[in-house]
Amino acid sequence: MAEQVKEYWRWTEYNWHDPQVDPKAAESITAGVDVGSVSTQAVIMTNGTLYAYASMRTGSDSPDSARKAMQWALQDTGLTPEDIQYCVGTGYGRVNVPFAQRAITEIACHARGASFIYGPSVRTVLDMGGQDCKAIHCDEKGKVTAFLMNDKCAAGTGRGMEVFADLLSVPIEEIGAMSLAVDEEPPMVSSTCVVFAKSEAVGLLREGWPKAKVLAAYHAAMAHRVVNLLERIGMEQDFAITGGISKNVGIVERLKRELGVEPLKTDYDAQVAGAIGAALFARALLSKGERK
Amino acid sequence: MITAGIDVGSKTTKVVILEDGRVLGRSSLVPTGFDQTESAQRAIEEALQATGLGAAAIERRVATGAGAKAVPEAAEHISDVKAAARGAHHLVPSARTVIDVGAEEGRGIRCSETGGVIDFAVNEKCAAGAGAFTEAMSRALELPLEEMGTLSLKSQNAVPMNAQCAVFAESEVVSLIHAKTPKEDIVRAVHDAIASRIGSMVRRVGISPEVVLVGGVARNVGFVDSLRRGLEIEIRVPEDPDFVGALGAALVAAED
Amino acid sequence: MGTLANYGYSDGSGDWYIRIDTGLCTGCGDCVTACPAGLFELVQDEYDPLSEALVASVSPAHRKTIKYDCGPCKPVGERPRLPCLAACAAGSIAHSW
Repeated sequence: MAEQVKEYWRWTEYNWHDPQVDPKAAESITAGVDVGSVSTQAVIMTNGTLYAYASMRTGSDSPDSARKAMQWALQDTGLTPEDIQYCVGTGYGRVNVPFAQRAITEIACHARGASFIYGPSVRTVLDMGGQDCKAIHCDEKGKVTAFLMNDKCAAGTGRGMEVFADLLSVPIEEIGAMSLAVDEEPPMVSSTCVVFAKSEAVGLLREGWPKAKVLAAYHAAMAHRVVNLLERIGMEQDFAITGGISKNVGIVERLKRELGVEPLKTDYDAQVAGAIGAALFARALLSKGERK
Repeated sequence: MITAGIDVGSKTTKVVILEDGRVLGRSSLVPTGFDQTESAQRAIEEALQATGLGAAAIERRVATGAGAKAVPEAAEHISDVKAAARGAHHLVPSARTVIDVGAEEGRGIRCSETGGVIDFAVNEKCAAGAGAFTEAMSRALELPLEEMGTLSLKSQNAVPMNAQCAVFAESEVVSLIHAKTPKEDIVRAVHDAIASRIGSMVRRVGISPEVVLVGGVARNVGFVDSLRRGLEIEIRVPEDPDFVGALGAALVAAED
Repeated sequence: MGTLANYGYSDGSGDWYIRIDTGLCTGCGDCVTACPAGLFELVQDEYDPLSEALVASVSPAHRKTIKYDCGPCKPVGERPRLPCLAACAAGSIAHSW
């Protein structure tokens, strides 16, 4: 799946399964597929425990991406799609998972998945995805008590980050760390709008600003914007960050500074939260008597 | 009395030199560089050259636009809204609704019989609400900005555009191209989209005839057509619509 | 306990959200008929996948154009009472601007 083409937006795709588990011995085998605008995740759970998953870039055909992600998650597990007893689809194109029995909103799935990953103490989940940004409040069971979702504007999303990675010719996986390589935090770029911020950045580069400083100014503005979203919904601890941008240390560090809160850590890959939530809903619906 | 109006916009700087309500000459559309003062000076020199006058002939200068503060020797700064209303009213005395769409801001203005501002609404700080949107789409379509308008008029199909952000719309345009959607239909969709946003903003000030459209984006015949269809009213576009703000500033300069 | 659902967006020009409290919403549907822009719809509660109750929601087609769709009801100058707020007896709807 890895390609050698120098494309600054490309991040690593992967799959994983637990070699210690024998899925055929499981009482329930459920799946969740999260087709995001930028990445697609497929998760397989056995008895409500994470068994296998795969994450890859969403192609131009959503159903195809869903199928491919599922195939990749199933790879080397000995399972076939027929072994999945119930599947829930979610994400930006959540209705585009043709083999799912039910579609559930990505917000509900993310809350449920975050609660699984971070534990029952999590109350505020910030999800920064490829084309949207969500702030979600949940209770100890992972049920959504409040949310705010922004998928209209590129600022604070993966796409917005890609524009800057491209402008500065820096691989997207490195822009966060590079944005922290400054002695002093520069002023934020004055425009929230990515288009106008980009023009501003061109001006800064011409004035001799090094790339790290430009990235710092942009990351500072984006982190500040995210803080505003969180304050609108109310920041309640414990706090967790999911989505592709949770891997951007430049954003995460600045959020910690501005909020004065340490986000929960996890060994799980937070990017899979939505798909995990979907797989858990699949299990709940299966227990409720729903069938394929 | 000879006056000069200097409009330092986010993309271009315009200067108009006026004598007794008559335009003596103007600059070209001087790109607004990172040094706004330098751009203003260049535009002033160009306008002077066009009129054959020396700098000393100008008795009063008034500045407007995003970079008004950078204009040297400006007696006064006026808002874009005031400048657009005055300038539009001078050219079209029956103007009661002025729509000014620039590179980074779109404005809807209700004006009085004397060209004063009664009320206004602004689309600002978001590229989707102004000329920056069309410019970004022209790049995605690999089409010169000046050709967007005429191509748009050839469209026979209204294709919906879902993205409300210039960044996301660029991806949507690329997808449409891959799906073999005819370019004229895509361009029309771009113009319909931005016209819809501008139209909604203008409705907030109320639409009374005559409706005059000014600003750089007014040169785009496709956008004008989309706006006409969206607002369901006739729209007047004066000659040199991008210079109306500078004209308004020059008129205000002559008032005192 | 319902969900405080904020529909809309933030962009460079500001924050534009309509918030529906699904815990207060009775599913009466009066907002659906009152809104001249057709912003609202009644759907099965999306945030409680195991429930079957109907609640109000801003239809997906309008979530990204809220500022523009609400424009006519929010003119500059004197602003009359918003029809959606007037229609909702439960008080479950709130606007951020």
